[in-house]
Order: sequence, then structure tokens, then C-alpha cells
Amino acid sequence: MSTQNHPLELPEGSPLVRFSGVTKRYGDLTVLDNLDLDVGAHEMVSVIGPSGSGKTTVLRMLMTLEKIDEGVIYVDGKPLSHMERNGQLEFANEKYLRTQRTNIGMVFQQFNLFPHMTALENCIEAPINVLGMKRDEAEERALNLLDMVGMLEKKDQHPTRLSGGQQQRVAIARALAMRPKVMLLDEVTSALDPEVIGEVLNVIRALNSEHKLTMLMVTHQMGFAREISDRVCFFYEGKIAEQGTPDQIFNDPQNERTKQFLSAVLDAN
Amino acid sequence: MEWRWDFTIEILPRMLSAMLNTLLAAGIGYTIALVVGLIFLLGQRTKFRLCNWIVRECVEFIRSTPLIVQLFFVYFVAPQFGLVLSAWVSAMLTIGLHYGTYLSEVYRGGLEAIPRGQWEACRALNLSPARTYFRVLIPQALPASLPGMGNYLVGIFKDTPMLSTIGVVELMHTANALGAETYRYLEPYTMVGFMFLIISLPTAAWLRKFERYVGRSMGITK
Amino acid sequence: MSYLDFVIEYLPKLAGGAYITALQLVCASALAIVVSLVFGLMRLSRLGVTRGIATVYIEFFRGTSLLVQLYWIYYVLPLMGIKLGAFESGFIAIGLNFGAYGAEIVRGSIEAVPKGQWEAAVALNMSPGQRMRRIIIPQTFPILLPPASNLMVELLKATALVALITVVDLMFVAKQINATTWLSAQTFGTALIVYYAMARFVLTPFLRWLEVLAARKVGKA
Repeated sequence: MSTQNHPLELPEGSPLVRFSGVTKRYGDLTVLDNLDLDVGAHEMVSVIGPSGSGKTTVLRMLMTLEKIDEGVIYVDGKPLSHMERNGQLEFANEKYLRTQRTNIGMVFQQFNLFPHMTALENCIEAPINVLGMKRDEAEERALNLLDMVGMLEKKDQHPTRLSGGQQQRVAIARALAMRPKVMLLDEVTSALDPEVIGEVLNVIRALNSEHKLTMLMVTHQMGFAREISDRVCFFYEGKIAEQGTPDQIFNDPQNERTKQFLSAVLDAN
Repeated sequence: MEWRWDFTIEILPRMLSAMLNTLLAAGIGYTIALVVGLIFLLGQRTKFRLCNWIVRECVEFIRSTPLIVQLFFVYFVAPQFGLVLSAWVSAMLTIGLHYGTYLSEVYRGGLEAIPRGQWEACRALNLSPARTYFRVLIPQALPASLPGMGNYLVGIFKDTPMLSTIGVVELMHTANALGAETYRYLEPYTMVGFMFLIISLPTAAWLRKFERYVGRSMGITK
Repeated sequence: MSYLDFVIEYLPKLAGGAYITALQLVCASALAIVVSLVFGLMRLSRLGVTRGIATVYIEFFRGTSLLVQLYWIYYVLPLMGIKLGAFESGFIAIGLNFGAYGAEIVRGSIEAVPKGQWEAAVALNMSPGQRMRRIIIPQTFPILLPPASNLMVELLKATALVALITVVDLMFVAKQINATTWLSAQTFGTALIVYYAMARFVLTPFLRWLEVLAARKVGKA
């Protein structure tokens, strides 16, 4: 494992998130291949690409759901995947991960709400028990967030009573309640019925325009990615094949793979 | 041989009081098994591979061998080592161990039935391992485990007649004794069967109801 | 007497008992399989009476204890003029009892075949018999075998109860040896090991092999 080339800390003014030479393998299969990717503060980055190209893996590693094999991930200038010991970087232990994970929030494709808790309870569980917030304060903030995602009147419902779109909006509120510096959105509309996709996208629009949250979003909604992103990354076989502004990627793609992918996706619509 | 109602009524009080012992045995045995099951479960999930393996193999061994043989083993072997266990103590110990292995599997199944996404959400929210288990995973594993737990409660109840073979004075033991005293086996044995039926059937139905109630009250099922 | 001496002296007797245990297992399973299929299918009948009969049978045999059924068949039935030997009483009681549990597995596995399969078979204009035989039953095997395997191991363990009605099986032989030698740890310990070996190294591998076979038949392996 070579971490020699990686600094213990990034200099002031570095991007909020940096993937530096990150490689991830499952057995013989290389899912991510020596990936370099930066996400700046307040930036909205969309990740697109064919299935199996490693898009979701990027988010799962940033959320520390999976270990990386090579390279280092930095968040807010500090290593996330690794920790310093005796002037060297080595894989982070669980204790260190827990301190770093507070920076990151994630919304899942399958919502993953806790079924035995109401919408409100889902949103205050971690603020109280992880951030150590007072119950009153946590509830007040959670209610504000539920209001923002338009779920205030369903606050006492259990997830089984909510539609997919409603569950996903609660899941967004739950992630926001932790005040992450970076929000990860993993195909958040893929499990939804077409008629409720809009309500979830509207919430994300508001997060982007009003709160200028840093977001990294994997999506199949090309129109939405084009409309909302500051930057679009096209993934192919574990690498960023092409990246640029939505205008560059969608109107004037340079890479052959990008062209093929976009024409296939746009034809299907 | 004719069924004699007068004889039935004559032996009924003794049968009923023996039934109390049967219920007591099932209740105590089950309580021990619930705890032993948890110990077996945790024993297989430690950081020490050797410990996990040993517990796993013990569970496998106890599960694969007959309760009645284990009962005789515990009851007769202890005195060989200078430890005299009463029939009751041997019986409760054996049932606790035997059914503990089943319950540990039930608990494990309950935990494994929880979708992976729940673990991942806990990590994404940075919940501590203890919080993850006690607030998120166990409350969800419990409703999933209840059917299995209920089945084994009824299962233990139906296995208690075996305890008569080492001299625990429960229902079957009393029926045997009555048969030996009066040379009438028809009524005692039939009554035992009937009494098992009228307890196990409503219990099973009540357990189903209870499972639905728990699922609903936790908001997991509609 | 060392344990080795004990084994040399008594293993042949225990092996004889294990042979009877194996015979009980084979006879009782055969009966249980027939009972499971009959009552499992009856539970799915469109006729309320047929379903009712199956339900009563299943609840009756599951609701009363196996040992009680065993005693009843061996000690009470002869009083009514039906005389069965100990060996027959043993496997019949076990077969009838486990058949009731098996019937529920059969029913559950048929119900677990997705509805679309029935509908596709209807759409292809198959007769009800064809639908069952050609489409549904083959798909039930991979669903049915894992729980049926567990039940089979339980059945093997249950055969130890026939010792209580004087069938000379492994448990009975162990009790005999214990009564004459009082070497309880050796006797019952060895019996436990033999039961374990039968369950873990004979019965379970056989059942796993069947499961793999069934999975391959429906293209799942």
C-alpha cells in the first residue's frame, strides 16, 4: 500500500472533497481505477454513466460504507479513509471514522428509513444520540426540516404508511438534520414511481439554490443533472472518462463513450 | 374397552394439578432457553474466531442430537462426577441448552432479515454500535424473531412429556402412574392428549395475534 | 475400563441399535412424505370439506405431543382391538406426526410459487393437472427442500422416543448398557456421538445433495 505520495493534510484552500488515486477492487474486478476527483465547497457535482461504471461506489466509499484499496480520500483537508500514525498514513480505525463521518450525509436509493420509528423519530435519532443535541432542539430543527421537504403533517407516520416519494423526502430531512458538509445522493429517484419523482427533485433544487449545499449526486435523470449541476462527471469502467459543465458534456461531448452513452439514454427517452 | 366417565372425573383433579407442573416446567425451561439462546448468539459473534467456532460447533452438536438422550446424559452423568442433580434441575438445564440452540438461530435469522440498507443508514448517520443494535437492529429483529420464538415455546411445552422418563412428576408421569395403579390406560392417555390440544391450539393462535400486534404497534406492518 | 475398552466391547451393540434407528428413520420418513403430500394438497383444495379435514388432521397431530401419540398408539389402540408391534407403532406415530408438519411445508411452498406462474400456465391453456405437475410442483422443490431437510433431521432425533415403547433402537441399547454398567458418560456420550454422526455426516449431506439437484433442475444453480 503506497501512501507515501499522499500528504498527511491538504493545504489551506484545497477543495472540500478530494479523491487522490483511489482504487477499489472486488476480487479480480477493478471497480474504481486510480480515481482523482475534487468537489469544491458549495459545488453540485453529478455523476453519470452506464451501470457498473463505479458511480455508486464513489459515494459508498466517501460515506465509508466500504474500504478503499489504494489512494486516500480527503474531506475538509483531512484524510477520511486514513489516519495519521507516527507521521504515516494508515487505514482509519472505526473511532477515527466516526469523527470524520459527521461531515458527510447520504440519501439512499432504497430510502433505508427505520421502519419502527416515525418520520420525526427518524430525524431526531442521530442528532440526539450522535451529536448530543437536546431533544427540544433536535425536534425543533427536525420539524423545520420536515416542513422544508413538505412532510410536516406526516411527522408522526411510520415509513410503511408513506409513499416512496414521501419516504425519500423524510430521508433527505434525516440526512440534513446531521448538518453534513457534503450530501451524497445515490440514485434517489430510481426506486420511485414516475409521478412522485418531481416532488423529490424539487426538494433537491431548493437545497441547491437556497442553501448552496455541497452535493455529489449519482443520477439517471439526465435532464435534472443538466439543469442543476455545476459540473457533470461521466464515469466509464471505473474512471472519469470526461467531465465539464453540463453545457460541455451534454451539448459538446468530446469522448466517444460519452457520446454513445448520451445518445443511447436520450434515444430511450 | 369402554370409556368410563366416572373414572375420568375421578382422576381429573390429579391430572389438572399435574398439568400445573407441566406448565411450570415449560415456563422455566423456556425462560432459561431465551437467555441461553442469547449467550449462544453472542458467543458466535465475538472478535475471537476460535470462540465463535467452538460455540458454533457446540450449537450444531446439541441441535443434531435427541433431547431425550441429552436428558439421560445430564441426569445420569452428573452423579458420576459427584454432582447429584435432581430430576427437575437436570430437566430444566437440558431443555434450556437444547432449545437455547434453536433460539440462537431464531435471533440470528431475525438479525439477518434486516435489510443491509438499515446498517448502512446507521453508519451514514454515524450512530454508535450500541445505539445501532439497541435502537435500530434489535427492535426490527424482534418482530421477525417472534414467530420462531413462539413456535419453540409451544415446542418445549409439547416436549415436556419426555421429562416423565427421568421422574419429573408432570402430566405424562401422572398418567403413567394412574395407569399402573388402576390398569386403565385409555382415559389417562387420551386425557393427556386432549389437554395438550386445548392448551397448545389457543396458545398458538394467541401468539399469532400477539405477533401482529407487536408488528403493528411498532409501525412495521400495517 | 478405559473408553477404548468400552467402545470395543459395546460398539457392536450400539451399532445394532443404530441400525434399527436408521430403519425407523426410513419407514417414518416414507410415511411422513406421503402424509405431507396428501394433506398439503388437501389444504389447497377448493372444497371446504377437504380443506377442513386436512386442517383438523394437521392441528390435531401438531397440537398433541408426539410422545403422547406414541403411547396412545402402542398402549391404547390394542385395547380397541388394533394390535401393532412396537416397531410399527413407532414409525407410524412419527410418520403421522411429522406428516402434519410436512403438510404445512408442502402447502407453503406451493403458495410461494409466484402467481404469475399460474397465470402463465392458464394463458397457455394448460389443464389444472398439467399446471400443477408441469409448472408448479417442479418449482416447489427448491423452496420446499430446505425446511423439509430441517424437519428430516428433527425426525431422526424423534426416533429416539421409540425406545420408550420398547423398540430396541440406539437409545434403548444405550439405556440397557447404562443399566448394567452404570458407565453413563461413556454410554450416553457415545450414543450422542453416533446420533450426531448420523445427522451431520450421513443425513445432512444427502439432503444437501438433493437441494443442489433440485436447484439445478429449475436452473437456479
